Amino acid sequence: MIANLGLGILLVTFIVTVYSAVTAAASNPKGLARLLRSLPSLRAKRFADELEKLETPQRAASMAESARRAMLLTFPLLTITSLLLIYLLVNDHYEVQFVYEVTSRSMPTYLKITAWWGGQAGSLLFWSWLMSAFASLVTLRKWDRDREFLPWVIFVSCVTLAFFVGMTAFFENPFRVFYQTETGVEAHFFQPANSTPFTPEDGRGLNPLLRHPGMIIHPPLLYLGFVSYVIPFAFAIAALITGRTDDRWIRLTRRWSLWAWLFLTFGLVLGGRWAYDVLGWGGYWGWDPVEIAAFMPWLTGTAFLHSVMIQEKRGMLKHWNMLLIILTYDLVIFGTFLTRSGVLSSVHAFAQSAIGPLFFIYIAITLIVSVALVIYRWGELKSETEMNSLLSREALFLFNNLLFMSILVVCFWGVIYPLTSELFTGSKVTVGPAFYERANGPLFAGLMFLMGIAPLSAWGHSTVKTLGRAMWLPTVAAVLVTIAIFVTYTHNVYALIGFFLVAFVILITLYEYWRGSRARMKIHSENIFTAFWNLTARDRRRYGGYIVHISMMLMAIGILGIELFQMETQGTLEVGQQKSIGGYDVVYKDIARFTGPDGREVTRAVLSIYRGQEYLGDLHPRIDYYWDSQQSMTIPGQRATMKDDLYILLVNWEPAAATGATFKIYVNPLVNWLWMGSLLFLIGIIIAAWPDKDPERIAVRAGRRARQASAAD
Amino acid sequence: MKLNKFVIGGLLILGAVVFLIANATKDASQYFMTVDELKAEGPAIVDKNLRVSGAVIGDTIQYDPSTLTLTFEVAHVPAEDAALKDEGGLAEALHQATIDPSRSRMTVVYVGVKPDLLRNEAQAIVTGSVGADGVFHAEELLLKCPTRYEEAVPDQAG
Repeated sequence: MIANLGLGILLVTFIVTVYSAVTAAASNPKGLARLLRSLPSLRAKRFADELEKLETPQRAASMAESARRAMLLTFPLLTITSLLLIYLLVNDHYEVQFVYEVTSRSMPTYLKITAWWGGQAGSLLFWSWLMSAFASLVTLRKWDRDREFLPWVIFVSCVTLAFFVGMTAFFENPFRVFYQTETGVEAHFFQPANSTPFTPEDGRGLNPLLRHPGMIIHPPLLYLGFVSYVIPFAFAIAALITGRTDDRWIRLTRRWSLWAWLFLTFGLVLGGRWAYDVLGWGGYWGWDPVEIAAFMPWLTGTAFLHSVMIQEKRGMLKHWNMLLIILTYDLVIFGTFLTRSGVLSSVHAFAQSAIGPLFFIYIAITLIVSVALVIYRWGELKSETEMNSLLSREALFLFNNLLFMSILVVCFWGVIYPLTSELFTGSKVTVGPAFYERANGPLFAGLMFLMGIAPLSAWGHSTVKTLGRAMWLPTVAAVLVTIAIFVTYTHNVYALIGFFLVAFVILITLYEYWRGSRARMKIHSENIFTAFWNLTARDRRRYGGYIVHISMMLMAIGILGIELFQMETQGTLEVGQQKSIGGYDVVYKDIARFTGPDGREVTRAVLSIYRGQEYLGDLHPRIDYYWDSQQSMTIPGQRATMKDDLYILLVNWEPAAATGATFKIYVNPLVNWLWMGSLLFLIGIIIAAWPDKDPERIAVRAGRRARQASAAD
Repeated sequence: MKLNKFVIGGLLILGAVVFLIANATKDASQYFMTVDELKAEGPAIVDKNLRVSGAVIGDTIQYDPSTLTLTFEVAHVPAEDAALKDEGGLAEALHQATIDPSRSRMTVVYVGVKPDLLRNEAQAIVTGSVGADGVFHAEELLLKCPTRYEEAVPDQAG
């Protein structure tokens, strides 16, 4: 019953979204008419004339309002659908196929709830739910001055929503129910003839690898990031259709793209943390196609974040920004598709389905239509100023964009290389992590260098001389730091280049902070802390951005450490024996096998860690074996410090054999800086994105008050 | 003049990227092959960077925990989706491969941790190279057990 109700509401939601999209588009016949005129067809022109006759202000307003209300309706509808699904999940309704696939009786309730996005059908519903929430949020803003955008923002949101809701309703429906027919058990929406309802005893349970706190937050964060990018895209399309091609759409969505970027970045970092904690191979990032799929919109999103500043400040790169946000949107859809469809076999390939072609068609259509719109408005998107100096800030931002695009090209090449090489040479060739590391390494180094000098360059014009004067002091300091690292830590050239760039960026950024604060101290006679505080508060976007830069450098320290200096050893130990690595002595103490709360069989070893004579504590690597899915998980024992992580895996232990237990031990230097950096990143982005009082509305309010005052005179 | 330096700068970056990609592709390419294709190549393939997929034969799995040496055999399974479909899907193809003695087989040696998913009828994707003796030395070993996460319909109750 409940499953049928869910199905019904889902279908209603689909109709509502389609209605909203159509009404929103129709509420603006002039815009449509103008688009139709550009088509080289007489009939289209005649139809455009008819359309223009239809336009009356009242009619347009009431239709837009109707579209808006319909769109607002999708959020409660999808919320009810989701609650129904959660109800089914939590209450063990295994007659529902989706519930059977992702939960089992032994799972705790919170995992049954998160199983919502543990399977394909549920996660598409989750995507739609987020989309409807964000679209509704957008309409809460004051629209007085941007009335013409509204219908088109609703239109784009609802087309996207209709695609995902339609996909959920017609192809990946979580509300299919099992029936016993003559030929066997089948899943259907409605009871077929000659069949009886069928309820399995227990579900298959969520993939054990996904039963981890990191896996609970990682997908929602990624999805939050993905879905947030739809909003700037919707505004960009609205700007293109209405012809309001100034930077208004960018200013309105600046915060959306910042939050989107925050969620996406944090989702990626958490995914890395999950891999580090659960997958048991000592790493955090494997250049897996699915990881790359989530990384590609991050690249274009980051480039977008930077290049919109040039448009706001200098009125340049307007075409480029449009193309970037279109690309980001389609990469978001592509990323959702890759993670959900299982086209590329990888760790994430638990999702297999037939929705692939639909995704490709949708991506192709949106890409073609959006790019066509940009070409249609090409003339109106001309730059207002010209780029003169190679070292000006806008030029450096442009190079930054080129580098991000280059990394994107590298990643895209790596993902599609197997397909293209098969097409052209017949033999299927793949590229591994080494390809990405080699090709991207120099590009990342270039980005770091730009991150160092760009904040010092001026808009419009900079020369080597002005730049040099601003940066010689931090540069000398960075060289000294690098020499110190050379003497005390490593002679590895790549590491030294990396650490020099890290020091270079951090020191220049801190130097900028210090110069700014000192200026305030002099002018406003503030003490250093107030000056620092006010400096940040006055230009939060800039100084929040600097904090993000520093956090990226901290992450770079972690990445350099684990990539270049990871040590590993492996061996079989008997109780009492020890193994040494990287200054640690690891003594194997004990091992036990017992049954865990949810039926898993746990094999847990106890190892004591010493550095020389000093006892540092015990570690407990373990293997969890899940009988219900016949799959095991290797959970490392970790001891984390800022200097390095000791990371021990229990590889094998046979209770019957007297051969002892086998361990694999890693020392991962500096990797903790990666996680610390991500926390600082959070702070920086919140500073940059925290809403301030809308200056325009304050101005409006002040104006009204002034008018009232003059009326009272 | 103004335009020129930006064009030159852009071309330099473009050139560098093309060079980086070409170079990295050349060095890091792996040839995806089936066991049959590998056997057909013969000695020509020795020491090339390969990625081979096959069905694990459960009886042949040997693991020496003291040296972490894992040895097992994989049987040929087709790589193309269409061929897989003809055999009744990946799970069925893997099953057929393990019970059909006429399929070509290849011995794989891997030094390292024994993966949790290594068992009969699993699909092994091994990365490494073939020695002159025809034994595959795997540097990386990925496993997939399709049966479990593909079959969406439960068995019939009693």
